[in-house]
Amino acid sequence: MSFPLLTATAAVPAIGAIVTAAVPAARRSAAKWLALLFSLATLVLAVVVGVRFDPGGDRYQLTESHAWIADFGVRYELGVDGIGVALIGLTALLIPFVILAGWHDADPEETGSKRWRPTQGFFALILMVEAMVVLSFEATDVFLFYILFEAMLIPMYFLIGGFGDRAHAGSDEKAAAQRSYAAVKFLLYNLVGGLIMLAAVIGLYVVAGNFSLQEIAAARASGELNMATNTERLLFLGFFFAFAVKAPLWPLHTWLPNAMGEATAPVAVLITAVVDKVGTFAMLRFCLGLFPEASKWATPAILVLALISIVYGALLAVGQRDIKRLIAYASISHFGFIIMGIFAMTSQGQSGATLYMVNHGISTAALMLVAGFLISRRGSRLIADFGGVQKVAPVLAGTFLVGSLATLSLPGLAPFVSEFLVLVGTFARYPVIGIIATFGIVLAALYTLVLYQRTMTGPVKLEVAKMPDLRVRELVVVAPLIALLIFLGVYPKPVTDLVNPAVGHTLSDVQKKDPKPEVEAAK
Amino acid sequence: MSASAVHSLWTTAAPIDKIDAPTIEYAQLMPTLIVIGAAVVGILVEAFVGRKARYYAQMFVTVVALVSAFAAVIGLAAGGHASSEAQIVAMGAIAVDGPALFLQGTILLTGLVAVFTFAERRLDPEAHGNRVDSFAAQAASVPGSDSEKAAIKAGFTTTEVFPLALFAIGGMLVFPAANDLLTLFIALEVFSLPLYLLCALARRKRLMSQEAAVKYFLLGAFSSAFLLFGVALVYGYAGTVTYAGIADVVDGTVQNIDPALADTMGNDALLLVGGAMILMGLLFKVGAVPFHMWTPDVYQGAPTPVTGFMAAATKVAAFGALLRLLYVVLPGLRWDWRPVMWGVAIVTMLIGAIVAITQTDIKRLLAYSSIAHAGFLLAGVVAATPSGISSVLFYLGAYSFVTVGAFAVVTLVRDAGGEATHLSKWAGLGRRSPLVAAVFAVFLLAFAGIPLTSGFSGKFAVFKAAAEGGAGALVVIGVISSAIAAFFYIRVIVLMFFSEPKAEGPTVAVPSPLTMTAIGVGVAVTLVLGVAPQYFLDLAGQAGVFVR
Repeated sequence: MSFPLLTATAAVPAIGAIVTAAVPAARRSAAKWLALLFSLATLVLAVVVGVRFDPGGDRYQLTESHAWIADFGVRYELGVDGIGVALIGLTALLIPFVILAGWHDADPEETGSKRWRPTQGFFALILMVEAMVVLSFEATDVFLFYILFEAMLIPMYFLIGGFGDRAHAGSDEKAAAQRSYAAVKFLLYNLVGGLIMLAAVIGLYVVAGNFSLQEIAAARASGELNMATNTERLLFLGFFFAFAVKAPLWPLHTWLPNAMGEATAPVAVLITAVVDKVGTFAMLRFCLGLFPEASKWATPAILVLALISIVYGALLAVGQRDIKRLIAYASISHFGFIIMGIFAMTSQGQSGATLYMVNHGISTAALMLVAGFLISRRGSRLIADFGGVQKVAPVLAGTFLVGSLATLSLPGLAPFVSEFLVLVGTFARYPVIGIIATFGIVLAALYTLVLYQRTMTGPVKLEVAKMPDLRVRELVVVAPLIALLIFLGVYPKPVTDLVNPAVGHTLSDVQKKDPKPEVEAAK
Repeated sequence: MSASAVHSLWTTAAPIDKIDAPTIEYAQLMPTLIVIGAAVVGILVEAFVGRKARYYAQMFVTVVALVSAFAAVIGLAAGGHASSEAQIVAMGAIAVDGPALFLQGTILLTGLVAVFTFAERRLDPEAHGNRVDSFAAQAASVPGSDSEKAAIKAGFTTTEVFPLALFAIGGMLVFPAANDLLTLFIALEVFSLPLYLLCALARRKRLMSQEAAVKYFLLGAFSSAFLLFGVALVYGYAGTVTYAGIADVVDGTVQNIDPALADTMGNDALLLVGGAMILMGLLFKVGAVPFHMWTPDVYQGAPTPVTGFMAAATKVAAFGALLRLLYVVLPGLRWDWRPVMWGVAIVTMLIGAIVAITQTDIKRLLAYSSIAHAGFLLAGVVAATPSGISSVLFYLGAYSFVTVGAFAVVTLVRDAGGEATHLSKWAGLGRRSPLVAAVFAVFLLAFAGIPLTSGFSGKFAVFKAAAEGGAGALVVIGVISSAIAAFFYIRVIVLMFFSEPKAEGPTVAVPSPLTMTAIGVGVAVTLVLGVAPQYFLDLAGQAGVFVR
């Protein structure tokens, strides 16, 4: 038996979580270093996965399969396609930065109990989330995926509710109340989505008799498995609902601004750049893979919802007074682009969407983490409390600018490539929707540049006059992310090469071909 | 009316030469016999052993009895009595088959763990230099009276709780195995009466405890009467009380009608009304809506270890009996009872989940949660398929250990007035005692059915069975009520972890190894059944065939 590489990639952070949690209360910094070490080891394993993966080979590679719960027809089945590899890479890449950025976020305030170990808990929970997210990108068994999809809510919930942003306007009690409200809202939205998916998962079992993605696909192809049209549509809706809550898609998005606003900046990155990607990833793998006909049936409605997300998210971002909530609404707009790219059902659209997932992860991480540094210096999240920062802290302002420009998809930075691909892919099939979506970019320019202008330029506010510039630890976090944004903006080929064959497979699932270019069609 | 149809003892009784002694298969009945026998020994201990030594003697007898009874169950199962050798024993009164043995094993293990919590004597501060448990010093002394104070001062303890628990367990062992309606009724009474008594024995808040016991007793007596009336009507319909006999009449395979019952036999009205009344009696014990009214009051008033025992073991026994009744006696009536049980399952799930949201007492909250869980279990019962049986068996096993563990945690959180059960007092528990709060969070997540806990495996099993049995709508409603239920479980977690601890909040008592065992077993079962449930699903699957 070969080395179970995929299991190891998820097991290392899981073990790291246990080890970190077990560090004695007094050895706080040991817990931090251990967590960082384990996240770096995961990154190494993710790179090995990327190297061992052959983009031109089988659809699912590095597969593992073990009996698990025979009574439910469940197997422990793993396998990655190019999309999975890319997202595992993104996750493994971002977690060390999240840990570094949150280095001091969980230093304990004084409490009565000697056994209270918030620091250990914080980093253990982050690693636990990483383990579950990585495994969910690898699972090719629907049940296994479902379990992870639900279980990852619990550590996320504790991260949001237990370690809130210390920068707040009102009193401690008010902040705690808002935080626990945000955590409960996050959990309930996602739990309801998940439970509806559970009904669909059970329905799928009744129809198909097992949970293996590959077996179900094979049974469909050979005609052994024939889903009635209505059944397929209902099951599709059950799955899609859960993913649309997670992704999040308008009108199921309202938990995201609360959660991202109240969580610390690194946790907000974890939510939007890592955990939410499971939702869009699952749309590609499970919605399109299991229910191709229903996916095509639902496409017009989903495209409209995605379009609303794009425009609505951007419009609300323009109106925000809170930096983190602004970034949250910008993310909603971006998730709209991703979902639009997925359901445009063209290879450009889907490649673009996958690339978008990676780029959005990196760019949001960069912007949000710098914003977090900024907020922690001033002790406020309100845009109006800042002004003229670029004169006081030029490096901070500069990195913030790059992050902002990446968010508005400036050519030369990575998100431009993906946004362009998504728009081209959508335009090829649905020109009107493509045109309207383009307005999202215009609005993005508005909200990011206004944000920059109000916080960084203008006269120096009294409260920010003594603001220190980025520290070494913070530079270590930001610089590689910015370098990556520029690199992937100029040379996205490594990722697109990885993703394109997988997208081809997904498109063949739904039996869609790219529309011929008009010139060629005319010949 | 001709003379031969007149039915009376005087005219038909021929001279009796001899009465055949009933054949009793002692080996197959061993688990029950051990437990009941030990209960009798417990009474003798109470009468003859000195006051100081009683506690240890009772503990010894109880634990030995439960362990050896469990060993007997394992022995029977290993001897094939759960499958190929399954048979009906004791002149048709008791069935020894897979479901019976599985449930008996579950009841014995839950009972054992619960008895550990009964025996806990380190939580309350010592009274006059004597260690005390959760039970009244002397049940007969009036609350607040001088005789009560004298009893406390003298260091009396109610060690009768152990034989009472054994009698209850004995009755519960028979209940799911009962194979005729009279045995069913007697088993019901045998386990109910000790429970009524146990409910009244709380050391603190005695009036509330006694009120709970009276409520439970009155409503329980009422439901027993319903059940008994139902038995009479069904006898009138079938001319027999054995399950197989009734089933034959229901199926119409019996041609010769008992002349004495010619007027009533085969009258469907009797069957439907009688069957409904028997179901009502069982649904009362299960705690299904609309027969759930007693649950919150009794759960709140009873001593917490008893609540845990009752919530877990009663539910197992009652669902066992319900399954056997519906699957062995009334399969021919499936088209009549399924719609009714559908309705009961739906309202039980929804009302349990919705009303729980407004609760402010942790014990009442768990009571409503147990109602919601009864609804989920009923969804599996409604499936009317073999996988329905095995999923319910599995769910019961998973649920009972979580319940005992959760109530054991409730006993730990205390303030000056005893257990601090009001939810507001649990605020910030996670800061003060992270471990206890984390353990309770695990139990709550299991109740909520979060993946990787036993609650999820169980819920998935029953919903899958229900969906396969054509009850897709029930699954959707079950999922919705799970979502509602999740809200209040999460509320408790929020309270424990995200609220600031109150200055004069409760303390967490450090328990003896007894309670620790109960909690530890609960956590272990929760996680094992959540992550690797296959072995136990197999067990439940093999056990899922009733003998007729």
